Amino acid sequence: MNLPNPEILLETLSKRIKSIIQENTAIVGIHSGGAWLVERLLPTIGGDVAHGILDVSFYRDDFNERGLHSETKPSHIPFDVQDKHIVLIDDVFYTGRTIRAAMNELFDYGRPASITLAVLVNRGGRELPITPQISAFDTELTDSQNLQLLRHENGTFYFSLEENT
Amino acid sequence: MQNPQLNNDGKLKHLLSIEGLPKKILNQILDAAESFLGVAEREVKKVPLLRGKTVCNLFFENSTRTRTTFEIAAKRLSADVITLNVSTSSQSKGETILDTIDNLTAMHADMFVVRHSQSGAAHMIAKHVAPHISVINAGDGRHAHPTQGLLDVFTIRKYKPEMHNLRVAIVGDVLHSRVARSEIHALTTLGVPEVRVIAPKTLLPEDVEKLGVHVYHDITEGLKDVDVVMMLRLQNERMAGAMLPSSQEYFKTYGLTAEKLTLAKPDAIVMHPGPMNRGVEIDSAVADGPQSVILPQVTYGIAVRMAVMSILAGN
Amino acid sequence: MKIHIKNGHLIDPKNGVDAKQDLFIAAGKIIAIGKAPEGFIANQTIDATDLVIIPGLVDVSARLREPGFEHKATLESEMQAAAAGGVTSLACPPDTEPVLDEPGLVEMLKHRAKQLNQAHVYPLGALTHQLAGKEITEMCELSEAGCVGFSQADVAIKDTQVLWRAMQYAATFDFTVWLRPEEPYLAKDGVAHDGEVAARLGLKGIPAAAETLAIASILRIAKETGAKVHLCRLSTAEGVEMIRTAKKAGQQVTCDVSANHLHLTDVDIGYFDANTHLKPPARSQRDKTALSNGLADNTIDAICSDHTPVDDDAKLYPFAEAEAGATGLELLLPLTLKWAQDNKIRLNDAIKHITQAPANILGIAAGELSLNSNADICVFDPKEYWKIEPKALLSQGKNTPFLGLELPGKVKYTLVNGHIVHG
Repeated sequence: MNLPNPEILLETLSKRIKSIIQENTAIVGIHSGGAWLVERLLPTIGGDVAHGILDVSFYRDDFNERGLHSETKPSHIPFDVQDKHIVLIDDVFYTGRTIRAAMNELFDYGRPASITLAVLVNRGGRELPITPQISAFDTELTDSQNLQLLRHENGTFYFSLEENT
Repeated sequence: MQNPQLNNDGKLKHLLSIEGLPKKILNQILDAAESFLGVAEREVKKVPLLRGKTVCNLFFENSTRTRTTFEIAAKRLSADVITLNVSTSSQSKGETILDTIDNLTAMHADMFVVRHSQSGAAHMIAKHVAPHISVINAGDGRHAHPTQGLLDVFTIRKYKPEMHNLRVAIVGDVLHSRVARSEIHALTTLGVPEVRVIAPKTLLPEDVEKLGVHVYHDITEGLKDVDVVMMLRLQNERMAGAMLPSSQEYFKTYGLTAEKLTLAKPDAIVMHPGPMNRGVEIDSAVADGPQSVILPQVTYGIAVRMAVMSILAGN
Repeated sequence: MKIHIKNGHLIDPKNGVDAKQDLFIAAGKIIAIGKAPEGFIANQTIDATDLVIIPGLVDVSARLREPGFEHKATLESEMQAAAAGGVTSLACPPDTEPVLDEPGLVEMLKHRAKQLNQAHVYPLGALTHQLAGKEITEMCELSEAGCVGFSQADVAIKDTQVLWRAMQYAATFDFTVWLRPEEPYLAKDGVAHDGEVAARLGLKGIPAAAETLAIASILRIAKETGAKVHLCRLSTAEGVEMIRTAKKAGQQVTCDVSANHLHLTDVDIGYFDANTHLKPPARSQRDKTALSNGLADNTIDAICSDHTPVDDDAKLYPFAEAEAGATGLELLLPLTLKWAQDNKIRLNDAIKHITQAPANILGIAAGELSLNSNADICVFDPKEYWKIEPKALLSQGKNTPFLGLELPGKVKYTLVNGHIVHG
């Protein structure tokens, strides 16, 4: 199937996020794809918007099956979550479990005023009552397909779509 | 002989000693600990990783500090914590160790943190626990104190990230120190090129150089150009056992003073596993001075123990 | 009972026999070797095809745990273990409870053993009362009661004056003094060889010097007092060399090594395997090699089992707190055979160390298959390997560092006084 160019999707995402930024907004990227996106979004949105990164390894629901992820990175939330409007950013939305973990982690930092979920691609297949409010591209993939956002050495994004046998 | 610390997939099943652990696993623990540091900065200092799990502190040898840090670490992982202070003098030892373990297993303990005055105690317990239970050695006799060794190298890594370029000196009673042994194994496994031990002959084990260390008896020689000075605690029993004449002479010959510290690199850091004997192995001026990282060591200790427990619980 | 053992390969170091020979037994004695006597009709024939026949083993150190330690083992179980191991004569150390320092106790032990009609038991009497190293025992009375020597078991005498006088007194009557050479202050609380392994494992070490210092003292005192001394359980290379020198100089000294120390080094402690907690500790590879060479040139006279059964729980402790010792009566032959194989020692020479040589040390008529000697015989299959596991051992002590290993040498028949006690 033909996936659109993520660089173009990024432009779309950027416009839509910029339109909802208010005074008390912070953008938080979920490591690692969401963090990359935040990095690229900041210049267009305005570098002085509060921002941070979440690594949800400690909040995943598959810890007992898969153990601690081998590459955990520290979360970095350098602002007060209390009463903020959080724009939570991730690259690919699938089952919704990562978002559930991210929200649990965010709430351990404080009580946000609201959370808006913005993703580059919503690939369908959610398993929880969670859905993005903003998505630059919607599609339906099967369980055997694995969609990833990757980054070239020069920083430009591209998609990888693999079929698992 | 299969390494009792690793399961069939080569993953960590027990943490009994640093010796025998591959570099990859040490790094995994240290990297995870980085992430746990941040948790302590938040208002809600907990993560749900060990929710529903029971961690049991089995301390056959007393220690408030170590026990407390393990308790904090377990609670920050949302685990339930049971602490048992079992004094060795009252009971008939061994039978009680294994009976105690069986009872606690029946109470659904998932993880044991064990401290004992005899070398090999943690290994013995690990051999006898049910397959789903992990054992963390919180210190066994003179043999090992792996979480201390780990938090010490974590500290070093924080201040001196170029580990492959370092000179590290361990000063004091290496003979009786499980901390020293764990530190030596951690440093050599992680590739620190020069590890020195500085002590009088009476406080060094036979064949200690075979552990991969350079031996110094003269502290002024041993401290030259080192990047890290790791002090060891001196216990009073050493005077009674004819290993040392007095703590005064020890302080004079092997105590770390500001003056002796100048022999090391100007940006060298000073460490101590605690509790300190001020005026015996270390001068207060140094312990409280700008080069001392003794207080941060404690914070790092909690993060490292959280990392160890998480990795074990998930494997 | 007339017994004919046929088609077996006879090895008798004392008489220099190493050939296929039949054995004929009657009234508890060997009455013929090779050809049947006139009119001999066997009540029982043992077919020893492909088997080796040797004198019943003589073990200079086996703890039977009676009196006093019946929870660890009993005379019944350990004598059965001896029979299963092909051991027909054994000496037991005096560290029982109560200590064997009274003739009455010795008589009782000998009586009990005799009633079981299995191996001959030769008790070693205590050299000092309660082994406390202060007052010497009534050695003459004890000797009359059946003691073949006087020992301190594992308890060193700290007062040199007492040691001197004890040896001097023993020398008066030509009694042999059995001592395990270990300087008590250097060895105090030590549990492993003082070296790299002990350093890594954080175990308190016993330096080799603890043994060599003690050997030096004991040999010197023996020389001055004229005492006959038997040094027990050598473990150091230097120790072997010191005895080699002493023997060359004509001093009357004998010594033994435990079968365990021919196979183990400190590395075998592994991850704190309490079954390797032994007294003396297993030392370095260099020491092990020297012990082997010491046997080969007869500096070391005998291999013993140092049989020390402990109850199951006693090893379930951290290494230093676990009870020291290994069960060994049933492993003496297999370990000796394996040692011979590994070091390319002729079977004949190896067997000497567990038959003729220990019999000489004890001063007993045993360890030989001479005409009219006691029919104390061991028949075994040198090619049969068997697995060392608790259920394969008759001893109540299942504590051995060789658990799980397969060793060569299965005893098929053991005879004492012409009676089949095993097989």
